[in-house]
Amino acid sequence: MSLPLLGTAASTIAPRTDHLFTFMVLLCGFVALGVFVMMVFFAVRYREGSQVSRGNIGRHRGVEITWILVPLVIFMGIFAWTAFGFVQLYRPPDDALPVYLVAKQWMWKLQHRNGRREINELHVPLGQPVHLLMTSQDAIHSFFVPAFRLKQDVVPGRYTSLWFTATRLGEFQLFCAEYCGTDHSRMLGRIVVMPPAQYAQWLSSGPAHPSLAQYGFVRFRQLGCSGCHSPQSTVHAPLLDGLLGRTVHLQDGRTIVADETYVRDSILLPKKDLVAGYAPIMPSFAGQASEEDIQALIAYLRSTGRPDAAGGSR
Amino acid sequence: MNYLEDGLTLRSWFTTTDHKRIAILYAAGITFFFFIGGFAAMLIRLQLLTPGGAIVSHETYNKLFTVHGVIMVWLFLIPSIPAVLGNFLIPLMIGAHDVAFPRLNLLSWYIYVTGGAIVLLALLLGGVDTGWTFYTPFSTMFSNTWVAITLAGVFVTGFSSILTGLNFIVTVHTLRTPGLGWFKLPLFVWALYATSVILVLATPVLAITIVLVIAERLFQIGVFDPAHGGDPLLFQHLFWFYSHPAVYIMVLPAMGVASEIIPCFARQRVFGYRLMAYAILAIASVGFLVWGHHMFVAGQSLAASMVFSALSFLVAVPSAIKVFNWTATLYKSSIRFDAPMLYALGFVGLFTIGGLTGLFLASLPLDVDLTDTYFVVAHFHYIMVGGSVMAYFGGLHFWWPKATGRMYPEVWGRLAAAFIFFGFNLTFFPQFILGMLGMPRRYATYPDRFQVLHVMSSAGAVALAVGYLLPFAYFAWSLRSGRAAGRNPFGATGLEWQTDSPPPTHNFDRPPPAPAGVYEYDPNAPQPAA
Repeated sequence: MSLPLLGTAASTIAPRTDHLFTFMVLLCGFVALGVFVMMVFFAVRYREGSQVSRGNIGRHRGVEITWILVPLVIFMGIFAWTAFGFVQLYRPPDDALPVYLVAKQWMWKLQHRNGRREINELHVPLGQPVHLLMTSQDAIHSFFVPAFRLKQDVVPGRYTSLWFTATRLGEFQLFCAEYCGTDHSRMLGRIVVMPPAQYAQWLSSGPAHPSLAQYGFVRFRQLGCSGCHSPQSTVHAPLLDGLLGRTVHLQDGRTIVADETYVRDSILLPKKDLVAGYAPIMPSFAGQASEEDIQALIAYLRSTGRPDAAGGSR
Repeated sequence: MNYLEDGLTLRSWFTTTDHKRIAILYAAGITFFFFIGGFAAMLIRLQLLTPGGAIVSHETYNKLFTVHGVIMVWLFLIPSIPAVLGNFLIPLMIGAHDVAFPRLNLLSWYIYVTGGAIVLLALLLGGVDTGWTFYTPFSTMFSNTWVAITLAGVFVTGFSSILTGLNFIVTVHTLRTPGLGWFKLPLFVWALYATSVILVLATPVLAITIVLVIAERLFQIGVFDPAHGGDPLLFQHLFWFYSHPAVYIMVLPAMGVASEIIPCFARQRVFGYRLMAYAILAIASVGFLVWGHHMFVAGQSLAASMVFSALSFLVAVPSAIKVFNWTATLYKSSIRFDAPMLYALGFVGLFTIGGLTGLFLASLPLDVDLTDTYFVVAHFHYIMVGGSVMAYFGGLHFWWPKATGRMYPEVWGRLAAAFIFFGFNLTFFPQFILGMLGMPRRYATYPDRFQVLHVMSSAGAVALAVGYLLPFAYFAWSLRSGRAAGRNPFGATGLEWQTDSPPPTHNFDRPPPAPAGVYEYDPNAPQPAA
């Protein structure tokens, strides 16, 4: 049961958010109504000149403790409930379809794993989890689909992610929710949810592209990455097969888990996280590798970690 | 001789060290900026009458909401109750002849005016389009408007806040009349004391952040800009470390005002006086630890979001206590509904709604949906306009007779309070629904389906504007033609009512004796006819 005012709910997360919202409206409405009724009641009953008994009220420790503890317990209860639901947003299912997104003033550029590109539109299959890996080329943007009850800032210099499973066919509005300059309110798009079969057809139609991982491999050679990062190389550089998800020991004693942001930093800011045992000889590829290139390189590196290393379908 | 007649030249005003005159100078300053910020708000509401934008371009709209935010936050709300009512009342309420550092107090005003003039300069040059939040890297790399000058104005204004805060802290510590212990202080003084501590501790962080943004913008030093190895989220952490406590800078003084007015017109002691004082301190201290709730979808870690969510729920507890205690103060009381009381009760009601909707935003999954939508816009306007501005107007009416020696016209006062209350709700309640439906904030144009609610909101803004303009008309009228007020027209306790209206330059002939208690009202005693 949810408030009718909330608009279409079209993702697996949305009904839970709506239940929580409805609960909060009822709870807070009850509290607000209680306060207002008491205020009005007192205001009428104890208006100047009415015939009622009045007098100073002394300290009521019991009352005070009650209305310290009752809100505290209720608030912490809500926190526990909401925190539990929030954790789910950070755990994309393993079989989620990856989609790469680059935001820029003022458009959304998306690329599917098989290399199909879209602008300001995202086609997704019904009932299948989709995992967006997002970065921005300029200011901070925010990917907001009200029907999914989901929003995630898209930040330059790092990757943020968002996953959802659409539960309704149709088109849903995509907004930029973080103010990003002149045409912020024109940075719109739509999510098109299709039946899985139709989606598969859509995905394979359109101009032929290499898959994102294949394109990444092409760029891996074109940009010269393979000149150093290969077993044949005479240069002492780490091999990158299966890098993503691995724990990396750094020169300064830190260890980090190699994620997308780490790969991106290593390409653009190679001096930031030096790997232990290697000389800082890698030049920065800032200005040479675009955000799309880096996403393709990540897709390629990701594919090297798997048995079906050719990329494409999993 | 009262303070208004002690020197009639402009020079005597601009070189005064009298806290009461400085309060009047501040009142003039913030009123000027209130009208500029309000004018920008009216243009915003006019623009949003039609989905395609009724009057201005996207670029101009972005400048309008930026100037509205910058001016209303830093040049109106933050100095409003503290620098006007606080300056006027703190020495009177504690039986002192002035603040601890009178010349520093005048310097604060000059710094404020300088900062305001710099912001105005940026506005006249063409304005700024970053939003009042100045998020990097948009503000440092991509905006080609007058970011650095505007920030310089805010930076300068901050020093006025710091000095005022410092002055109040020392004043409350050292200048209380003999026998006036901490737990005999009016809650207004408690609230301003806590506010001052926040001003002194938080404002320097804003100053540092502004310097870094300006340096980044001019010299690309690589603190916030990822292209130079910086981190844009670092800016948000620093900015909200100041700007969340700044919300309490704006609302704690409003709570203080309500805590003076409600007991007076209910002829009743504040329910749970000590708990009210402790709640103020709790809000001020826990308020420093909740800034991350502005960043739940910004890319901060799951663990950080959890901690900030829990602390945000926690900070709501003392606010809830205060609402319950104000309500309980009405029990067995004897209530008269003069204009100040209408404003104060309106404050409690609107603050309650603002606070409760804050719980929605503290809930992580709801914040993911609602943040950066009109729900947030409505929420913080309920706190800052429904709460703080309502209380500021209540305070203006309550202490107007003290400051001027004249009564405001009661009927007009009540009428304006009603206009503000209904105008406010009509303006901002529809915005909660807009946010629930997914309307993002800071949009110059919007999908057609949101129009009805936007038109309602704009209509409310007209009523609200009338409500705000009325008092300026009748206050001006009352200066000449208002009834003489006498020392204590409302029969209020508190030392400020024991001196003449308007007070003499040195407030009291000799330090007044400390009263036996605080808020010693008796609901059964006959009330003075105001």
